[in-house]
Amino acid sequence: MAELVIDDLVVTFGHRQRAFNAVDGVSLTVPHGTIVGLVGESGSGKSTVARTVAGLQRATSGRITLDGDDLLHTRGVDRRHRAQGVQMIFQDPYSSLNPRMTVGETIEEALTTHRDLNAKQRAASVRELLELVRLKPAVAGQYPSQISGGMRQRVAIARCLAVRPRLIVADEITSALDASVQGAVLNLIRDLQRELELSMIFITHNLAAVRYIADTTAVMSRGRVVEYGDAEEIVANPRHPYTQALVSAIPRIENAGTDHLLRLADEDGLR
Amino acid sequence: MTPSTSVSGSRRGGYRWLGFLLRRTGRMLVAMWVIITVAFLVLRMAGGDPVRSALGATADESVVQARREMLGLNDPLIVQYFDYLAGLFRGDLGVSIITGRSVTELVSHRLPATLELAGIAFLVVLLVAVPVGLGIAIITQGNGRRGVETVFTGVTAFIAAIPEYLLGVVLVIVFAITLHAFPVAGRTGPASYLLPVIALSVSAAASISRIARIEALQTLKDDYVRTARSKRLPAWMVYFRHALPNMLTATLTIGGTLLGAMIAGSVLVEQVFNWPGLGMAFVGAITTKDYGIVQGLALVYAAIILVVNLLVDLVLSLLDRRTSLLETS
Amino acid sequence: MTTRRSALSRQPMAIIAVCMLGVLVLLAVFAPVVWGDKAVAADPDSIALPLSAEHLLGTDKLGRDILLRTLVATRLSLVMAIAATLIGACIGLLLGAMPAVFGARAQRWFASVVSTWLAFPVLLVAMLTVVLLGPGATTAVVALALTMTPSFARLAQTLSSRVGGSEFLAAARMLGVSRRRQFTRYVLPNIAEPVIVNVTTSIGGGLLALSSLSFLGVGVQPPDFDWGRLLSEGFGEVYNSPVAAIGPGVTVVFAGLAFSMLGESLAAHLRNREHGKALSPRRLGPAPVAERPAETPSATATDCAETIVPLLEVDGLSVSFPGPDGWIRPVQDVSFRIAPGEIVGVVGESGSGKSVTMMSVAQLAPAGAAVTARRLRFDGEDLTGLTPAAAGKVLGTRVGVVFQDSLTALNPALRVGTQLAEIPRVHGAVGRRQAHEMAVRALDDVQIPDAAHRAQQFPHEFSGGMRQRALIAMSQIGSPSLIIADEPTTALDVTVQRRVLALLRRECAESGAAAIVVSHDVAVLAELCQRVLVMYAGRVVEDVDIALLATPERLAHPYTRALTASLPDLDTDRTTPLVTIPGEPPDLSRPITGCAFAARCAFATELCRTETPVPVPHRHGGRVACWHPQDAIAPDTTPGREEVGA
Repeated sequence: MAELVIDDLVVTFGHRQRAFNAVDGVSLTVPHGTIVGLVGESGSGKSTVARTVAGLQRATSGRITLDGDDLLHTRGVDRRHRAQGVQMIFQDPYSSLNPRMTVGETIEEALTTHRDLNAKQRAASVRELLELVRLKPAVAGQYPSQISGGMRQRVAIARCLAVRPRLIVADEITSALDASVQGAVLNLIRDLQRELELSMIFITHNLAAVRYIADTTAVMSRGRVVEYGDAEEIVANPRHPYTQALVSAIPRIENAGTDHLLRLADEDGLR
Repeated sequence: MTPSTSVSGSRRGGYRWLGFLLRRTGRMLVAMWVIITVAFLVLRMAGGDPVRSALGATADESVVQARREMLGLNDPLIVQYFDYLAGLFRGDLGVSIITGRSVTELVSHRLPATLELAGIAFLVVLLVAVPVGLGIAIITQGNGRRGVETVFTGVTAFIAAIPEYLLGVVLVIVFAITLHAFPVAGRTGPASYLLPVIALSVSAAASISRIARIEALQTLKDDYVRTARSKRLPAWMVYFRHALPNMLTATLTIGGTLLGAMIAGSVLVEQVFNWPGLGMAFVGAITTKDYGIVQGLALVYAAIILVVNLLVDLVLSLLDRRTSLLETS
Repeated sequence: MTTRRSALSRQPMAIIAVCMLGVLVLLAVFAPVVWGDKAVAADPDSIALPLSAEHLLGTDKLGRDILLRTLVATRLSLVMAIAATLIGACIGLLLGAMPAVFGARAQRWFASVVSTWLAFPVLLVAMLTVVLLGPGATTAVVALALTMTPSFARLAQTLSSRVGGSEFLAAARMLGVSRRRQFTRYVLPNIAEPVIVNVTTSIGGGLLALSSLSFLGVGVQPPDFDWGRLLSEGFGEVYNSPVAAIGPGVTVVFAGLAFSMLGESLAAHLRNREHGKALSPRRLGPAPVAERPAETPSATATDCAETIVPLLEVDGLSVSFPGPDGWIRPVQDVSFRIAPGEIVGVVGESGSGKSVTMMSVAQLAPAGAAVTARRLRFDGEDLTGLTPAAAGKVLGTRVGVVFQDSLTALNPALRVGTQLAEIPRVHGAVGRRQAHEMAVRALDDVQIPDAAHRAQQFPHEFSGGMRQRALIAMSQIGSPSLIIADEPTTALDVTVQRRVLALLRRECAESGAAAIVVSHDVAVLAELCQRVLVMYAGRVVEDVDIALLATPERLAHPYTRALTASLPDLDTDRTTPLVTIPGEPPDLSRPITGCAFAARCAFATELCRTETPVPVPHRHGGRVACWHPQDAIAPDTTPGREEVGA
């Protein structure tokens, strides 16, 4: 596992008068075997950072290196070598799996692009990977449309692990899932991270999830990292006003029956 | 995308629309130029000497040479091309190779007949197909009335499979020859419009009403229609005010090209009903190999179709002010 | 594959189309062999005969039988149409779908090429081809292929741009899958079906187009003949023998119809395979109704203090949709009451039936839904058994609805102000100007800055939070006594969500309106509501005071407890795994016996798997539908629930 260094990353969308920096000078380090949470609201640029690290988005300026390998200028670098650097798990498991390939074929695709395996070895590896994400081997023969959202997300995780990447980018991987399934996926990610010592960028809008899963957290707003620190500490004692607003806006079960919202309405100046 | 675009007022929206109009018009002009050039090249590259083949093998060589000289066909190709473009700017569509008469004059004689025919058929199609499609969609929504659905799809599939000219032939046989109810051919008065308009519009109306029904079914499932229902508006308001404009956009997006195709259909219908429009002249010129007329009329047809497509796009953009349409186009 | 074929063969239209095509194929293969010579041999003895028993369609100027000629022409007509369509489809597919694997720039470039090509009038392309190549069968095929290519390319483009932007293709790229494999394994299989449908219908269209070319005399040239040619010859003699033109015409229509019907039924088949073809209500029989023995006391009896007349009373509400194998029942036997001014939350996972329940109560269930209730009363008026339209009329503006996705819930074609103003226009019978002023005031009330100007804008010019506030304003403008809000903050960021929730709470406090708020997020409801209904698999499993959510040990239903415990919050212990609910929610298209949660419940017994628990009053002051409520200090061993209740 490797160390990712993002240095002064800028990503600009649009051109001329309409141009704006979706990512505006972000620097971030993901040390070996840790999970760095990237949290922010829509439009904060967190997903753009993820896509740029994964090579799906061009950077305007800045540097991204993984163990010293340049990730932004990969022209001429072997496709497979690059793929073994960073892999991404997407938000929506309904669209991140090819509907025309079975679960087994999807995972095999990831295996065979990187290693020469015979049919027997492939089947064994697929079974192993499915077990790793707590799925039954029989799932291999099914199409994505035949399994539930939580299972699909596990398949996407298995596909990602099949490549044995040095860094995993997880982009809002629980937000499309039902409440009762989210917890299970978070548990899985946590267990896998410990078992395999994964390095990971975990992107989410959910502060509670990031606090639970990440070691350190970066809070993003309007393309910039506004606060960075220990995942627990950042939620317990937010220092930046934006983080404070974010933390205080989270609805809490403890507020049940207190009419806390009416007080907020007064504060907001709502009549 | 950015918060700033949402703060912009409707004036900014107006500018954006104007930009869209200019872009679209520009694109149409480019397409027109490509068509002019391609048509010019194709007709020059067509095998053999066009004048010789137009005047026939028996024509005297000196006559052919004189006609070639008159048409400027002995000049280098590039000179001919620019002469031709300059002529177009002056409204000169060229001359007939055979008679030497001005194509512009021919068009000014015959264009009104074609435009009347196509325009009326156009209106008939929209006025019939859209309400029928919406009505059938209202009746058959939520999997209700399977019978109505089956009959509708069956009948419209059948009608849409009848080409305009064939329907024209049948209409001539039934109403004009057998029943003597309507004039057989020509443009002789209000009654003479009926059969050609029917022939031209029925098949298109069937196709568009099918599209309209599918789009209307989709629209009726949309959230804003449910919102309109939640306001307990009268049914006609839900359907006509909330569903119709959105369904019309989708229908025109898909059906717009069909309207362009109706212009092509008019060529055939004119042939069947001996309608004194551009189509008759066009087909006649092709069979007599009068490439001068073919070239001029081809451009007129291309211009009509491009303008129709442009108008459809403009109507669409007015109906649907969403940024997506203006941005992607 | 076998299921696919058998499903297709159940469609009558598909069977007819296949039979018609079978006839055409037989004719195309055998007619030229059997009658080929006779069809071209001139017979001076029978020139231009009218129809007779010997010559069913008469003969032409050279004495040839028109019927035989029509039958023989099948081969040429079909071969030309199919060849042209396939050429067009293949080139179009390459032009349209290939760019998807080469990135956005290639896609844009090819898109502009295709749209310029599309701008070329079909007629013109055909005519220019004829001029360039000279009339004839090959020319006609080339011309037709040239005109079909751009529309196939556009179709392939539209379809493949969806694939091109998809996350699974991005994932494949990231895995390092080669471009060729991306095209063959990812793009092609995902666009193939609509393209095949389109090819089928296009062959029919191609037949018509080719016959038009021949009819104009610029297609097939003598001595060759296709249907269009025969039609044109027949039309020349239309005054002598009308049937000479009718015969070939009928075959053109027959063939065109066969292909378009086949395409149509293929398309219908694909749609049904994706969504499952719902059976017609007639075949399904009457919709299932919630049954309960008459002697069971009404479960809603102790919902709210009995002295208060409930604003809304729902008893035994069931909603069913026609499905492929029978009725699907997303809502079963739901009962609850809402007191005036009360704010009640409804929580559940996707598929729990929470939204469907509330939309049905608001008389906004989708078309095709069968809604039944033993009792449905609003503000003292009985709505039981009324049609949705009639019940909706009774409700009028007394029920305001706030919808989930604020972008699609507002009509994109109408100004926001207009969409608000039409409510007072219709229900309050006020003038245009006054209604507009009311709309502006309503927008101003929900903190939309510069409301007068905003009212003139279209929904897309609003930000997400502002749209949601406009929707709240819309639900308020008729001064309702009940607001039904369906996931009102789901698409919003937390900071925006907090403002919207505060706004909703304030509106209720000021107007005294009651509210039902549907959400998948317990925490949102905890802040907003006074009471919460927990739904699972179409039933209410627990109905409890909101304050109890903060003390999970006092919750009775195992599902409610797991739901509140399973989500990490800001105080969750980071060192232990999260509490999760094993398994998946049940499939509602199959009948469920017993408690729907039994399969995932640690406390389930045989009783749970066989008998469905109904919500009954519970000691925590609410209701619970469980054989083994978990809030008891001692293990609950008494299955008889009557004495446990209040």
